[in-house]
Amino acid sequence: MALTKLKGNLERILDKNLADLVRGIRNNKENEVKYIAQCIEEIKAELKQENIAVKANAVAKLSYLQMIGYDISWAGFNIIEVMSSNKFTFKRIGYLAASQSFHQDTEVLMLTTNMIRKDLSSQNQYDAGVTLSGLACFINQDLARDLANDLMTLLSSTKPYIRKKAVLLMYKVFLSFPDALRPAFPRLKEKLEDPDPGVQSAAVNVICELARKNPKNYLSLAPIFFKLMTSSTNNWMLIKIIKLFGALTPLEPRLGKKLIEPLTNLIHSTSAMSLLYECINTVIAVLISISTGMPSHSASIQLCVQKLRILIEDSDQNLKYLGLLAMSKILKTHPKSVQAHKDLILLCLDDKDESIRLRALDLLYGMVSKKNLMEIVKKLMVHMDRAEGTQYRDELLSKIIEICSQDNYHFITNFEWYISVLVDLSRMEGLRQGHVVASQLMDVAIRVPAIRPFSVEQMALLLETSSGFAIRGITGQVAFSSMCEVLYAAAWICGEFASHLKEPEAVLECILKSKVTVLPGHIQAVFIHNLMKLYAHILHKASTADEKEKAQLTLSVLQERLTPFMQSADLEVQERASTAVHVLKVISKLQDAGEGDVVNELMQLFQGELNPVAPKAQRKVPLPEGLDLDAWINEPEPESDEEPKADGGGSLDIFYKSSTSAPDFRDGYQGEGQVRREALRVEQASNPHYLKGSSQARRSPSSSSQLLSPTEEIPVMSINLSVPLQVSTSKKLSDKYLELERNKEASSDSKKHRSKRDKKKKKKKGSSDEEEAAEIVAPQVISTMELPEGARLSDSEDDGRPQTDPHRALNIDLEEYVFFFHSYPKEKPVVRVTLEPAAAPPIPAKSKKPKSRNGVEGLKEEKAKRKKTKQEKEENAPLPPTTKGVNLNDDLDFWLSASNGNDAKEKKVVAKGELTIDETATATDSQKTAKKKKDKKEKKEKKAKKEKKKKDIKDFDDQNNHLSDSVIAPVAIAWKSLVDDKRLVMKYRVVAVPHDQHQVLVPVQLHNRSGKLIHSMIFNVVDSTNARLCRGQHEQDGVELPHQLASQSRVEIPFAFAVADSTMLHQLRGVLTYMTQGEDGSVSEKLDFKLQIPCSVFLSSDPISSDQFAELLASQELIGKDKAMCEGIALSQAIDRVSRELSMRLVEMDSSGTSASLYCRHSTAHHLCILMKSQADGRLSIYGKSSNPSLVSSVMEEMRQMFA
Amino acid sequence: MIKAILVFNNHGKPRLSKFYQYFNEDMQQQIVRETFQLVSKRDDNVCNFLEGGSLIGGSDYKLIYRHYATLYFVFCVDSSESELGILDLIQVFVETLDRCFENVCELDLIFHVDKVHYILNELVMGGMVLETNMSEILSRIEDQNKLEKSEAGLISLKNVNLPNLPNIPQQIKDIKLPDLPQAIKDLKF
Repeated sequence: MALTKLKGNLERILDKNLADLVRGIRNNKENEVKYIAQCIEEIKAELKQENIAVKANAVAKLSYLQMIGYDISWAGFNIIEVMSSNKFTFKRIGYLAASQSFHQDTEVLMLTTNMIRKDLSSQNQYDAGVTLSGLACFINQDLARDLANDLMTLLSSTKPYIRKKAVLLMYKVFLSFPDALRPAFPRLKEKLEDPDPGVQSAAVNVICELARKNPKNYLSLAPIFFKLMTSSTNNWMLIKIIKLFGALTPLEPRLGKKLIEPLTNLIHSTSAMSLLYECINTVIAVLISISTGMPSHSASIQLCVQKLRILIEDSDQNLKYLGLLAMSKILKTHPKSVQAHKDLILLCLDDKDESIRLRALDLLYGMVSKKNLMEIVKKLMVHMDRAEGTQYRDELLSKIIEICSQDNYHFITNFEWYISVLVDLSRMEGLRQGHVVASQLMDVAIRVPAIRPFSVEQMALLLETSSGFAIRGITGQVAFSSMCEVLYAAAWICGEFASHLKEPEAVLECILKSKVTVLPGHIQAVFIHNLMKLYAHILHKASTADEKEKAQLTLSVLQERLTPFMQSADLEVQERASTAVHVLKVISKLQDAGEGDVVNELMQLFQGELNPVAPKAQRKVPLPEGLDLDAWINEPEPESDEEPKADGGGSLDIFYKSSTSAPDFRDGYQGEGQVRREALRVEQASNPHYLKGSSQARRSPSSSSQLLSPTEEIPVMSINLSVPLQVSTSKKLSDKYLELERNKEASSDSKKHRSKRDKKKKKKKGSSDEEEAAEIVAPQVISTMELPEGARLSDSEDDGRPQTDPHRALNIDLEEYVFFFHSYPKEKPVVRVTLEPAAAPPIPAKSKKPKSRNGVEGLKEEKAKRKKTKQEKEENAPLPPTTKGVNLNDDLDFWLSASNGNDAKEKKVVAKGELTIDETATATDSQKTAKKKKDKKEKKEKKAKKEKKKKDIKDFDDQNNHLSDSVIAPVAIAWKSLVDDKRLVMKYRVVAVPHDQHQVLVPVQLHNRSGKLIHSMIFNVVDSTNARLCRGQHEQDGVELPHQLASQSRVEIPFAFAVADSTMLHQLRGVLTYMTQGEDGSVSEKLDFKLQIPCSVFLSSDPISSDQFAELLASQELIGKDKAMCEGIALSQAIDRVSRELSMRLVEMDSSGTSASLYCRHSTAHHLCILMKSQADGRLSIYGKSSNPSLVSSVMEEMRQMFA
Repeated sequence: MIKAILVFNNHGKPRLSKFYQYFNEDMQQQIVRETFQLVSKRDDNVCNFLEGGSLIGGSDYKLIYRHYATLYFVFCVDSSESELGILDLIQVFVETLDRCFENVCELDLIFHVDKVHYILNELVMGGMVLETNMSEILSRIEDQNKLEKSEAGLISLKNVNLPNLPNIPQQIKDIKLPDLPQAIKDLKF
């Protein structure tokens, strides 16, 4: 044994270690590949040895080779061997190699489950730590499912280092195995309040990642995060939380309002730029989510914009970049506040940093107006001239088009200018966005009818100089730059709108003349097709005999020139050409035969207006009836051989290849051409005999046509002429519009002055005024889009996430009640016991609107109906559903509305709004009633009644205006402590079941605060005559709980109690027995407790008017009386608590504020009236009256306890 | 989430690559090359954020990098991470390396890539930030080194000194943490 070990060590000394390998590779730079191949052979030999140290060394080398690009998946098994070593040193090497090379689909992973489980439970925290880190890189669905339980236990490990890593790993588990999310979530939530800041931060991190993808499920955590945000000083965590709030606010505007203040404070106080920046970002998100126009918020916007300006002006480029990024978010909702900083943003366009320029470009989008559009575009064009790098140029180009075309060309007043800009753009060198320019040209021509003549004229010019797009290669073949796409648009526009052409023959000639055959296939096809349109037009125009002869000539020329296209390699071109040629043949035959009508028939081919089609039109085409695309057209052959399939594939391949190889060649030529040109340029630069043209002259359209061919690349001196030649101006085509505009502005300014003076005169001459207005108004843009009949443009398709996105599966409503924390479907199939609640039925939003005609009464009916259906459901279920989900939402509502007076007011407004809606409803009602004369009288009576009632309610509301806050806020039932010992804490609360006065629901929360597992819990109470526990089948026995409570975990179990008399306070004695799992076996323990079921849970705060209240007091109904005295509580506080906890409603308060009367109703319809008076000595006396004596005494008893 | 962490030198040689999403080896090399192309052509005085690497990520992803003497440290992150926060994290990473290797230089990364990985594992786990507190990180690394040493007593590891190779220019060895602009220093948590 010792000998083999020694032998192993000796061998090791001879082996290369990692450093040797690295050194070796560096020393063998010439034949690196060969050297590494040799090393891999050595590694393979090492891996075959028994000694684990040798193997580990080999694996360490492999992970280095992986980094420099060698596949090491073949050594997967060896890596696992090293991972399983019980030495930390080797284990770490193994896990590193695994984390670098393993992935979800690695097959050997299925061998690792038990090993990983062992490592996770290792006594050494670093063994477990290394395992957790490694697992985070290669976890897959199987591992996640099998190890989820082990990881859950690690969440409550005593070592923060392990807890922290386990928390982070849970996120990866959720991604691979979404079912784990629901049971793990309560634990994860607990970790938000972990004593260790690292664990806390990790939990925040995980929840932020989860919430980013499915924010609405995490809204209920807002209060916890809010608390963390206002208390924590860990900036890293604060950033995460603030980012999370940014994701949540769009869903809950009230949250945003609550956030603004603390965030603004942070903005003022923090010194960390990163935190400041995230605060600003979230404030922006808040401002976007809540409605604008509130004065207090414009201050926040100002603050944000102001702080951002400081960032942008900073010398640090990073801050500048981020400042611009955040600005662009504000721009969407508050363009005005950003426009104030136009100067700064335009300055950033000149920044040397490309990232910053791009951000500034984004902002430019919102800076444009009808007035400054031309200036800004001009500036961008200048930038484009100067810019280096195609990517930035392309970006500029798409930005120009984007800002011009936004809002249906809203800002363009002069389309001639825009067309010229596009033409200028198409003449720029080194752009790759030809198709974008082309589609813009076509779009404008189609949608702005007024511009067509000009557009056609320009396009004809463009075709004339089309050789400007050509780049001649060395072999003499001609290739075209990507800008040749513009020719596509040019040909199409000339063809489609041929009627605007002055000389169609010339254009026809141009198209035929250019080096068409080297253009890409789709452009050739368009050329051929539009030649036909042009010809049809020429023929149509030719009326005189002389012209007819000309047309005849054109026909023969066309026939002759189109024939070669029939041999084109491009299928589309071939087909179009042969169609065209044959049509032409038919025409010439008919003409020879003297048929006159041929012109009209030809024209008919191209008739009809072309309209823009809506983007989703194709998808909206309804499926024709009886069309089943999945059905076989012919029944499939019973025996289908493989061979024909392969054949088909082969032939497809041929087509595919042919279509892809063509552009490749072109690229090659282009590249070669460029190299050649570059060489020539260098040569010319050093040759004194060459004249050097200015760069501007080169870019001028006339020279650019010759510039690019190497043989003709002789710079042309621009000649100074007093009268500028039409084409060779060095100025851009679009510039003249800019000047024009400026002149016009100047003149219109003077006009304005004059108009002010001559206002009276003008009024008489209204027509000239109109003229001026007409001048400014831009030509109409067609904005209607074609859609199939009956289809509408809507964007409600789906959530846009790809099917494979794991976050889709994680969209789980986490507030739904979860029972069996510790069981997973696969491992322990659990019989869901009767305790399982039905999911709370979603209340349809529609039901809020009163459908019935009787306004308020209708509402009530509606409510009653809803309650009824609820009740029915409850009756069907063996036990009523818990209202926890609802409660939680209520909690959130309560949290959001508490301490926010504004909010409650708003709610009030909404309520009033509803009332007015009712009124309008009645108004329409009355219209209807006018038609139905028979019912008229009855209805009127009803209406009067209704209105009276409404008035009552309104008055009542007005009275309680100041208290509406607490009345409207939903009640949150707090947990009461039941009993606790050093291991277990029990809490409970009592919830009434609506409309059932004989049953209450008591959720009991068990919290294991010991370090041991608690199991075999049995819950039992001693039934009294009036109240008993519903146990299901086995009466008298205790209820055995199916749960096991791990250390530091919580579970919540609802119990149902039957109550014979709901007007009494019930006290029940009970016991919980349980076992704790220690090292030396299980120990049995028990806990005695006293459970109180108050009658106040059956109380409800029904509205009552003060008149009715007085009536009630005067009546003989209230037979029960009681009285109590309390000390040390103010009247307002008492009212507040009573209305919140006992669901009482304030009826009226005397003007001096010393006494108040309250009212509530028991579910058995008994009344309860309370009068509170603050005495002169500071005490508070409470008098109670009720129609049921036991009710009043037990409620008073509760109040005594409450105020004790 | 962090999608990848790459460290390469001024010539594009990878010194550390950690991908938190699976790419095969060829793809990984391509990504390193593309990232190098994007990052290396930028001046030192431009901002440290970069959008668009076509191979990794997409529109939601950003490259956030820092350049220290001969090395580029590049993090590819999505929008859930704070840009300035990640810059700080890179700084924490480099400072930790500096402490662990006592004046870190490129050679340390070349010959001890495994150790660099172990250090990184204490900062980032599975693409999520694990710890940002440097003293906590250092004490964890220290503990693990001790553990390794105690085991090494049993198996007598060959202890190799850092070689002094002639083909590495001296100046690379002397890199120090560069002086950061004041604004960035203030960001420190």
